[in-house]
Amino acid sequence: MIKSLKRRESELANAEKQLELLSNGIFAQGELPTFKESIHKSGHFPLKPKSLEILQINVGYMCNQVCKHCHVDAGPDRKEIMAKEIMSQCLEILKNTSAHTLDLTGGAPEMNPNFRWFVEEASKIGVRDIIVRSNLTIMRANKKYYDLPAFFKEHNIHVVSSMPHWTRGKTDKQRGEGVFDQSIKALKALNKIGYGLKDSPLKLDLVYNPSGAFLPGDQASMELDFKKALMEDFGIQFHNLFALTNLPISRFLDYLLASENYEDYMYNLVEAFNPAAVENVMCTNTISVSWDGYLYDCDFNQMLHLPVNGKVKHVSEYNEAILQNREIVISQHCYGCTAGAGSSCQGSVA
Amino acid sequence: MQKTYYDPADLKNFGKISDWNSSLGEKFFDYYNSVFKEGALSAREKSLIALAVAHTIQCPYCIDAYTGDGLQRGITKEEMMEALHVAGAIRGGASLVHGVQMMSKVNKLEM
Repeated sequence: MIKSLKRRESELANAEKQLELLSNGIFAQGELPTFKESIHKSGHFPLKPKSLEILQINVGYMCNQVCKHCHVDAGPDRKEIMAKEIMSQCLEILKNTSAHTLDLTGGAPEMNPNFRWFVEEASKIGVRDIIVRSNLTIMRANKKYYDLPAFFKEHNIHVVSSMPHWTRGKTDKQRGEGVFDQSIKALKALNKIGYGLKDSPLKLDLVYNPSGAFLPGDQASMELDFKKALMEDFGIQFHNLFALTNLPISRFLDYLLASENYEDYMYNLVEAFNPAAVENVMCTNTISVSWDGYLYDCDFNQMLHLPVNGKVKHVSEYNEAILQNREIVISQHCYGCTAGAGSSCQGSVA
Repeated sequence: MQKTYYDPADLKNFGKISDWNSSLGEKFFDYYNSVFKEGALSAREKSLIALAVAHTIQCPYCIDAYTGDGLQRGITKEEMMEALHVAGAIRGGASLVHGVQMMSKVNKLEM
């Protein structure tokens, strides 16, 4: 199993180093326009938030998998975990704002010891949509997780699962040996209790992201291919497929540089820049919270240590009015969310 | 003077072919884009056909373009290689089938 960039003491574990790479070279030399220049030209600068709909919370970077492209640099060697106190402050935000969706991510969010308590409390206060971004294999990793599908069902959790391809080879190459088989078992367990079935209220969506230095294809076509293959090969059903673009940060940036694909990939992203996608990028209706309670415009800015603009920086001092007036923080990685049909944690945006 | 006949950067500029004859260029790209839309064949199947043809006509630009296109569509490397073998089989078969002509000629000329 590969180690996280942090454990390897890679210079790319340093957010400043990543930002430096993204700002210099082809962008500083003027070969490519910066993201700010592009959205300025399309009339979208400065990027401002709409009303808050989604509170996305990263409850920790600990994970049982070490995916090659992971923008969180998560893995078993990461120990950052959100404390119960921070979770309580997040619940207050959910009670007092227009946010109707709680989006829990990680690492493997299920590995946070307070995960179930948090879900139960959020369920009690009536959050409309509680999303858990599950890597699937966690449900098979240890006996203490075997009942997760039942727990999800009990709280009507919306399960959004990572699945880079319908074939073993491509999946295991990106996410680790044996991940495909364990993911199939987990999907079957979810189907068995009603998740993902046609007309079932138990929502099961899959997330596809390319296994390499290329952009995702058309989301609707990919969904048809995934559905056909998973049904024919394993009898598995699911609702929607979200096709996400890999953003050039963290381990994916490390891969791009090591494989000498970085410049070509940035050219592809910039060439595919779609002004229409800018209007619906996730940072406009989402606040991202880190394990230690700091506020970001999105999960990617969180990993680059680019906190929200303005006075309010932490859940303990959350102020909706001040945050609504902020300017969203951008850099070159934002081209990843505006390429082609656009990309966010909810899939295509244009 | 440029030292190679092919430059990968030229692929990005394919659209500029219309610059010196926009009428014909636009007709070509209209036709091209229509060909690759979903039809009786899926866009995915057409991408594989394009990849196989690209190898047959030995067009490096097309090989780059349709390898990337295939990956974007979730086409596996095994599927791509099978498509190439179809191209290879037809190409090889096309040579071999002419062997019948050769055999007929030999049979006619030899005592």
